[in-house]
Amino acid sequence: MLPERLLNAVILLTLLAVPLAALALDEPFIITLATKVTILALAGVGLNLALGQGGLVSFGHAAYFGLGGYAMGILASHAQSFTPLMEVPFLIEGTKSMPVIWITAIIVSSLAALLIGALSLRTSGVYFIMVTLAFGQMFYYFAISWPAYGGEDGLSIYVRNGFPGLNTLVPIQFFGICFVLLCVVLFFVSRLNRSAFGLALDGAHQHSERALTVGININRVRLVAFVISGGITGLAGALFADLNRFVSPTMFSWHTSGEIMIFIILGGVARICGPIAGAAAYIILEHYLGDVSEYWQVYLGFILLFVVLFAKGGIVGALTGSRGKAHG
Amino acid sequence: MSALLDLRGVEASYGASQALFGVDLQVREGELVALMGRNGMGKTTTIKVICRLLKNSAGDVAFAGQDLRSLPSHKAAQLGLGLVPEGRRCFTNLSVWENLYAAARPGAWDLAKVYELFPRLGERADQMAKSLSGGEQQMLAIGRALMTNPRLLILDEATEGLAPVVRQEIWAAIGTLKSTSGLSILVVDKTISELRRIADSAVILERGRSVWQGRIDALTSDLRNKYLGV
Repeated sequence: MLPERLLNAVILLTLLAVPLAALALDEPFIITLATKVTILALAGVGLNLALGQGGLVSFGHAAYFGLGGYAMGILASHAQSFTPLMEVPFLIEGTKSMPVIWITAIIVSSLAALLIGALSLRTSGVYFIMVTLAFGQMFYYFAISWPAYGGEDGLSIYVRNGFPGLNTLVPIQFFGICFVLLCVVLFFVSRLNRSAFGLALDGAHQHSERALTVGININRVRLVAFVISGGITGLAGALFADLNRFVSPTMFSWHTSGEIMIFIILGGVARICGPIAGAAAYIILEHYLGDVSEYWQVYLGFILLFVVLFAKGGIVGALTGSRGKAHG
Repeated sequence: MSALLDLRGVEASYGASQALFGVDLQVREGELVALMGRNGMGKTTTIKVICRLLKNSAGDVAFAGQDLRSLPSHKAAQLGLGLVPEGRRCFTNLSVWENLYAAARPGAWDLAKVYELFPRLGERADQMAKSLSGGEQQMLAIGRALMTNPRLLILDEATEGLAPVVRQEIWAAIGTLKSTSGLSILVVDKTISELRRIADSAVILERGRSVWQGRIDALTSDLRNKYLGV
């Protein structure tokens, strides 16, 4: 069995090595698949902070993923049509700058998470799941009925947004951007998990009464974690929209929330690199089982059932031989 | 001298079932008070009311001159109430140092001082709490409460279910805390001999009421027989 730190390094190096090998073999599609894994893993890392560390089973994280996507779509569409986003009370222009779009996506999705978290964290258990799901679906139906930005058809962006000094249309360069962002976020989340804040969040997850009696304001700790989680997932949404150069209401749907949750369960709940392993497994299954049968998700269902029943630590847990900090 | 913790006429219920019918309890600065009574008499319920895990329906609860009735549990803890709950309730999926660090607030107590009081915790700093023995978990629970830098340490059945040698270690630590730190301590325990040795005063609960309060050395064998059955 591998120590978890070593396994994490292996996972990250494999994620880096696959597109580099694909570049050498002139297989751009594999690079795009690896980029997709990286972005979806980033969304999973975001949800994992709330779900794994905080025990907050949010079934509405597609809301932040979609908001990140639409932040990119709206800003980029205004930039490509040379029309301002708004003129009154102050002028806001569109932009094709990735860093500006990322910051916007993080702010918008964090604010949404603050609002949704402030309301939904008053509930717990199945009610929390239902409230977060309801918010996600509200965004979904709003996007469908918003013709200014494509409504049900979504919004196409003809040219990928730019990053200073790089050609983002070159698959390996865009992968590099996504990979670096994933590493930065992983470093941030791992530091956060080891901080007094992260330990308080974990403590509140394990036993809220014990946490209260040592003076931990569990509502505030959970809300802050939920907001950070939403911000990370929003960043992933902006990158995903840039990868596809397309954004649609599907990004908001409960299927998307479910998929992000599946990455975590497959990879290992509360494991720092669990979402990467989970997203990679999901994309590989989708790609190869999808060739075998259009009902590939039936096989995925069996695999998920096996993981939940027999390998609760997910892929990372199975390879390290421990369930780690997963609670339950 | 005014009391650090002051409960007067406290009543409390679990739903329709009333558990406390009038508890009076005072703990002064630097004092060690034993809260005594047979099983089911309301000792843990009184602790829950003090720590605001249960709201009292009548009576006054004040700590350091502040009315606790409107405060949530974490705010009461931040005022300086450090609880060691019944049943060694550590964060089992955190390591020893993580348990201590998660609760830390600025003050005289830090990791080094806790490890000095309980050297075994220092030796097992990176070990998961769930892998500790019962006695070590109890030490960790006390250490975690101390890391909040409390003004009043509340120990609810801190030695229950532990081996005699470990109980002696816990009692020795409580004695050290009393003599060296000047901390106010409220202890719920059934070990009369240790309480008589270490406590300054005692309060006895009988069916949810405080029926006797006074210096521990004034607790005669008649009183012990009448209220504690020993």
